[in-house]
Amino acid sequence: MPANLFPAPVEIFRFLPEIILALAGTLIMVLEALTADRQPKNALGHVSLAALFAALVAAAAVHGSPGPAFSSMLVVDGFATFFRVVVIAVGILTVFPSYRYLSREGANTGEYYALVLFSVAGQGVMVTANELIMIFIGLEISSIATYVLAGLLRDDARANESALKYFLLGSFATAFLLYGIAFIYGATGTTNLTAIRETVLRADGPSPLLLGLAAALMLVGFGFKISSAPFQMWAPDVYQGAPTPVSAFMSAGPKAAAFAIFLRVFVTIFEPIGDRWEPVIWVFALASMTIGNFAALTQSNVKRMLAYSSIAHAGYVLVALCARSDIGTAAAMFYLAAYALMNVGAFAVVAYICGKGEKYVSIDDLAGLGSRRPAVAAALTIFMCSLIGVPLTGGFFGKFYIFKAALESKLIWLTVLGLLNSAVAAYYYLRILVVMYMREPGEAAENLEPLPAGLRTALFTSAAGVLLLGIFPSRILEFAVQSAKLFGR
Amino acid sequence: MSFLGWFLLTPLAAFLLLLLLPREQEKTIRVAALALSLAIFALSLGLLAGDPRETDLAWIPELNIRYHVAVDGLSIWLILLTTLLTPISILISWKYIDRRVKEFHAFLLLLEFGVLGVFAAMDLFLFYVYWEVGLVPMYFLIGIWGHDRRIYAAVKFFLYTMAASVLMLAAIIYVYQRAGTFDYPAILAMLASGKLTFTGLEQTLLFLAFFAAFAVKVPLFPLHTWLPDAHVEAPTAGSVMLASVLLKLGTYGILRFCLPMFPAAARENAGWIAVLAIAGIVYGALVAMVQPNVKKLVAYSSVSHLGFVILGIFSFNQQGFDGAVYQMLNHGVSTGALFMLVGYLYERRHSLEIQDYGGVATPAPWLSTVFLITTLASIGLPTLNNFVGEFLVLQGAAQADFRWAVFAATGVILSACYMLWMYQRTFYGETPAKVKHHMTDLNPREWAAIVPLLALMVWMGVAAETFLPRISAANRLILQQTTVNVPFNVQTPALRPDVAAKEIADAR
Repeated sequence: MPANLFPAPVEIFRFLPEIILALAGTLIMVLEALTADRQPKNALGHVSLAALFAALVAAAAVHGSPGPAFSSMLVVDGFATFFRVVVIAVGILTVFPSYRYLSREGANTGEYYALVLFSVAGQGVMVTANELIMIFIGLEISSIATYVLAGLLRDDARANESALKYFLLGSFATAFLLYGIAFIYGATGTTNLTAIRETVLRADGPSPLLLGLAAALMLVGFGFKISSAPFQMWAPDVYQGAPTPVSAFMSAGPKAAAFAIFLRVFVTIFEPIGDRWEPVIWVFALASMTIGNFAALTQSNVKRMLAYSSIAHAGYVLVALCARSDIGTAAAMFYLAAYALMNVGAFAVVAYICGKGEKYVSIDDLAGLGSRRPAVAAALTIFMCSLIGVPLTGGFFGKFYIFKAALESKLIWLTVLGLLNSAVAAYYYLRILVVMYMREPGEAAENLEPLPAGLRTALFTSAAGVLLLGIFPSRILEFAVQSAKLFGR
Repeated sequence: MSFLGWFLLTPLAAFLLLLLLPREQEKTIRVAALALSLAIFALSLGLLAGDPRETDLAWIPELNIRYHVAVDGLSIWLILLTTLLTPISILISWKYIDRRVKEFHAFLLLLEFGVLGVFAAMDLFLFYVYWEVGLVPMYFLIGIWGHDRRIYAAVKFFLYTMAASVLMLAAIIYVYQRAGTFDYPAILAMLASGKLTFTGLEQTLLFLAFFAAFAVKVPLFPLHTWLPDAHVEAPTAGSVMLASVLLKLGTYGILRFCLPMFPAAARENAGWIAVLAIAGIVYGALVAMVQPNVKKLVAYSSVSHLGFVILGIFSFNQQGFDGAVYQMLNHGVSTGALFMLVGYLYERRHSLEIQDYGGVATPAPWLSTVFLITTLASIGLPTLNNFVGEFLVLQGAAQADFRWAVFAATGVILSACYMLWMYQRTFYGETPAKVKHHMTDLNPREWAAIVPLLALMVWMGVAAETFLPRISAANRLILQQTTVNVPFNVQTPALRPDVAAKEIADAR
């Protein structure tokens, strides 16, 4: 039992980013009800942006006082700060391109911005959680908000399909996770990660069979959330049907947060039975890369292609997890940061060209973008190069670091197959460049509106971020390496 | 940072500068690109004299990745070749490239940045970065400004190179794992002192991983199929850069990295590689003979010529190495010139088919003369450049295995056949009306672009002494490195320690 029922001020301070986000989200809901209908709600968007920036500053400030909070249910460490910054940044980069998109679709409402904030707050809880129940709660806060976001355009059949599919399969996967948590609790009598680890490491600890079962169940839940094969089926339909800014958000923020808890749980409490799950992750990694990349080859819809590509990228991160080392954890962290930037950027371009009702989302609709909007095309080129893994981009360095970690752990075959996979992937990313630069402008490129300021900010920030991570990765790498020692291995 | 360190960044600076210019002012862009690339060329001449020619700075300290660049006798001429050909490529594109002028010149400078870096990088990670960076602009040069099947050719080019080079990346990481550093001189020192050794299997696999990446780029028969496509579809400037500079990245890589790092594996595999090289020489020549398309003919002649380079390298002796490096430069000069001249023909007649020409010598005598000199250089006429290189390669090959020299020498004869036959069909005989109307003689801009290369052909043919001493010194060092940890009895003349030290100093 906690000695003190009331949390100390420093504990509340450690939770500040999520508090800001939750309060601002609630505020927006109230303001939404108070403002007249049928008016664009850009002001509410500004409020959400301000809240996100405040949360970002808070997250950085909180890093100065690391430690547990609320009876060790949450913990602020380097790992948590790293992912907090990533998910909040994804939130910011999602809101910027959303203004124009939402008003075009007649859905510029306050609830959108509020839901983004709630979702980010949930992800914040996930990445700081040091406790299985908190992980579950965070996951649910984030997921439920995201389900609603996916179905935001109520009159659109595809969006409805997307939301329903995401919701049903998502709930199913969460149930598996909960089962796993129940098994762990049954085996160890606690849900606190630190305590579980101590119990597991004891000589008279729980039976490996029970632990293995729990790990398997939780793996299903996490596997779904990170869209790794063989739980990847939902991703293409959901990404395609959801409003594009939401697809961008889903493919980056919730995914990064899910990976954060995946890493935290597996390298702390399941680390002692690592040799059992490593082969499973090995297969998942290879299957995700292969299925994702080969399926992406034949896609004609940009959003679907990016969905398959996101499955493949989940595979790359799983390679890092498979390495079971601190370097591997750091590599996964670095890669997720780079991936979030390049993917949100790529989706932002799609949000720009798609037009009302998402009419132009096929790859061919990018034709002539290179001559009509050279700056946008240049940004998309940077994102694609990063997704391929061309040097001087964050994607390359992340991939390099992942495969370095894998080779250090003697995963030679996985490295070779993974690298060959990334050569396959080059083909479909190149197709985008081909269409964009080497074809005459089509209908979509002729009808482009001028680049809205918000979208421009999002695009150029992510492009600059991708290049920065590729050319001067030192700072962030150092931070990741320092934070990757989750349990003082 | 030393002069070299700054110098290698100048093309990138020029690239960024060009991006800032307004896209409508095409004339300004052309002039600026030409001026910048000429300035870079002038600066690169400073490398011939300037000391120190090495920069070693921390880049990503966590992984001990360094911005370590250096120039020696092996890379200096290749660097000068690159900086010379960039302004020439801009000159020959003056009229030919009429859309997206800004991007074209920007990509050319980015390509120059990548290529120069590859030739100077002394850190394996840095090397890989430059290696891949050069890929993207070339992909665009072919894909945007090429001929009809440009997209197919560009994608094929990119995927071939990419697929092979990811294996090299895995090998680089593996070497790093074992050595704890990416720094190439440090790795070589460890190998020499026995601190780092690779087992036989490791060496073979690592050698093959590196070699695959380089062999695709060379291209070694039978990995050459991307080359004719890329060459034929690329715009003239793209073909020139591709043939003269990019193919050299592969042969340079083999000589610089494959041999010194994995000497035993290189010697063990020399047999079949030499056979493939000879197959490439003969096959390339035979296919060139039957090409109806003049650009494709030159492309296949490249496959043939590059076979000589590989053969020279895998002869493992001084003459072979010297000949191979000299042949790299020769091929850059003479095949680059051939592609330019074919481009001149295309700009006039808008066809690459030999049958559409004939009797060009009558309306355009100077063009024909220049073309003839280049053709003769290409087939290895004494007093012109290729003769020196081919002779050295054949001499080296004969020392290694006399049969190699015999078969390779047929390539010299065949090259005379297909080149002269092509020349005869194109420039002599009846002059069709279309040729008569369209064929004008060289204008001053075209003269300016071709004259430096003609001068080089003669210079390199009659005064090889200007170039060879530095090359030999660098090669001697490499040859010495390939004897490290090798169980073979290598027949190299014993070096006196004082002479060796001086030569090593020369080579740096």
